[in-house]
Amino acid sequence: MPGRAERGALGTCLRVMHFGPHLLLAALEGLVTSAVLALTALGLSLVFGVMRIVNVAHGEFFMLGAVLAWAVSTAISGHPAIGFAAALVIAPLLVGLVAFLAEWLVLRRLNYNPESTIVATIGMLYIIQQLALTFYGPEARPVEPPFSYRILLPWFGYSGYKLSVVAASAILLVITWLVLTRTKIGLIMRATQYDRETAQAFGIPVERVYAGVFAIGAMLAAIAAVLIVPISQAHYLMGQDPLLLSFIVVIIGGLGSLRGTVVAAVLIGLSDGIISMFFSPTLAKIIATLVVAMVLVFRPQGLFGTAPR
Amino acid sequence: MADKNGFFDLSKTTLSRRTALKGIAAGAGLALAPGFVRYSQAQSSAPIRIGFQSHRTGIGAAYGRWYEKTSAAAVKAINDAGGIGGRKVELVIEDDGTDPARGAEVVNKFAKQHKTDIVFGTLFSHVVIGSAPAAGENKIPYFVVSEGHHVASTKLNRYVFQPGITDVKSQIQSMAPWIAANAGKKVTQIFPDFAFGYDHRDYLPPALKAQGADVIAQIAIPPTESSFTKYFPQIPAETDVIYHVMVGPAVLTFVKELGEFYGSQRPQLFGFMDSLEAVDINSPGLEFLDGSHFWEGSPRYAQPDDSAAQKAYRAAVGIDDNGAAVGDPKDISTASHMFGCWETLYVVKKAMEDAGYKGPEDRAKLVEATEALKEFAEGPEHPQGPKTFNGKIHQCFGIQNISKVEGGKLKVVHKTKIEDGLYEPEGDYTKQAL
Repeated sequence: MPGRAERGALGTCLRVMHFGPHLLLAALEGLVTSAVLALTALGLSLVFGVMRIVNVAHGEFFMLGAVLAWAVSTAISGHPAIGFAAALVIAPLLVGLVAFLAEWLVLRRLNYNPESTIVATIGMLYIIQQLALTFYGPEARPVEPPFSYRILLPWFGYSGYKLSVVAASAILLVITWLVLTRTKIGLIMRATQYDRETAQAFGIPVERVYAGVFAIGAMLAAIAAVLIVPISQAHYLMGQDPLLLSFIVVIIGGLGSLRGTVVAAVLIGLSDGIISMFFSPTLAKIIATLVVAMVLVFRPQGLFGTAPR
Repeated sequence: MADKNGFFDLSKTTLSRRTALKGIAAGAGLALAPGFVRYSQAQSSAPIRIGFQSHRTGIGAAYGRWYEKTSAAAVKAINDAGGIGGRKVELVIEDDGTDPARGAEVVNKFAKQHKTDIVFGTLFSHVVIGSAPAAGENKIPYFVVSEGHHVASTKLNRYVFQPGITDVKSQIQSMAPWIAANAGKKVTQIFPDFAFGYDHRDYLPPALKAQGADVIAQIAIPPTESSFTKYFPQIPAETDVIYHVMVGPAVLTFVKELGEFYGSQRPQLFGFMDSLEAVDINSPGLEFLDGSHFWEGSPRYAQPDDSAAQKAYRAAVGIDDNGAAVGDPKDISTASHMFGCWETLYVVKKAMEDAGYKGPEDRAKLVEATEALKEFAEGPEHPQGPKTFNGKIHQCFGIQNISKVEGGKLKVVHKTKIEDGLYEPEGDYTKQAL
């Protein structure tokens, strides 16, 4: 009769898959995390880089993106891809509008004072979260993925949609980079980031740039959320983790550095995927936090940040 | 704003000392006059106030909403039939944020500020464990609907009761024979990494061992986790059955990712309905669940052999044949657990009437009257089924349902007996001082 023998392995993790496939799965999971994280953190980094504002409400824009994606995709019937495509356009635009209004109603009135804006964005965090709870409710609601193709590998199955998230995120990052480095809007943003007063002296409408950047930052978070929501449902508390991870990424990568943000996001995402699969998710969080502490001690400007002038 | 006309300047009022005295005397006379006091015989006709510790926010919010709906329906039914001992019942609701520290504050608030007669309604086990000491200190009876083994373990205190829903240890013990006989002998467990999950972790292996089956791996997942694929490689390849019980807002992701990982090549699945409470089993990505089995406290879908009491209960709470809110098929209930609120409130009614409960000074009598209860017959007050109650460990025992997913519905394929879930008491609350 099987099962009479004592099993010493009870409670410990049994390693069953071979190392190669195991690592592949870990890397895939890590890449998905990285992709979403890079977009979210880029928004945070952009807002800090240009406006010197630490936006604590950034995670709530992420949540708002997911909640609106649910609202849009449920309102539109037909093939799930249609609803999802509509959500991918409408949700970020609405979130951008909310951010634009918040910038105009709150941050501008505070003259972008670094300390006051932190407190103000904490307030925005709670307002947005509670509004979502009031009008959307406490449930986690699913959004149907635009397609549900399951990639069958010899060792395990993997969601094709998850891989498409990585691709979409990479494309969006390239577009952001092109906008920042190759267009006039990008030039204006970079000029404002480099020296606000000189930029103003050259006739750049700094306030309008700020409003635009704040909206774009929130929209990046919203796009990331729309991409992730078919994988993990929309929930009014879902903004907390991305906020924390975005801060970790932005501190490691260097506030305001696009390249640093992307590199740090890939680093954190992959290490999170691999460490949590081979060891434990808690250890992955511990290590990420430890890296942040080390970076703050030995390279406060971040890996790719420039030292303050 | 300037007070130009001196409306608020007290020195200019023309109220004389005599007028003031007259007013006070008249007021005092009114207050003393019989009939002015709203409930003339003090507490005998004032409503009984039940403090409802609700998970309105936090990871338990989906449950909290349905617990409130069910409790409101039960209170309405009780009141329509004359209340408790002729007095109306009133729910006073406070949100605990599904947080143990906040839970203890809420119990204190009920005892000291709202001065409710009892506290009731908590689900999440870590909140119950965090709040129980506050109930003991305030000597206020605390009726939970939590499913965890913590009440029956006798590690809490004499004021905590669970008379409306069975505990995990009993559930596991009564279902283990079925799992070993029908699903498989090598079981991998996936459970949330907190108190409720530990009940499953601790009681499943011995229960299966007694049936000649084995738990070959145990995977604990933090309750706030939002992605799960990374845990699945820990499932041993020789696993016959995955025994899963997850809670919180990400349960759908958990089941979906399990499906993506295995596809149709999956081991047998045996889940606790907790993994899918408030989630539509026909959600996209859950097709692979077809043919798998679930524990259900009370069936989500109406069954052909439903009793009249079960039908009346479903109508009163407002759920349709698919276990969704009447009028909103997407609003799925937490049917496996919320019946416990209904039944607990009827136990409270019975115990209060037995004790001749008048008010907070009779709380000790209420505790003793509850401990004296022995069984609850199946019927409108106990629609889930008959139950026995062990006053020493403050825990009820009842039947469990094992349901199979078939054609997008859950069909009950096996019902356990009350005796299957009985175990030796681990202690005796009645020996504690009141």
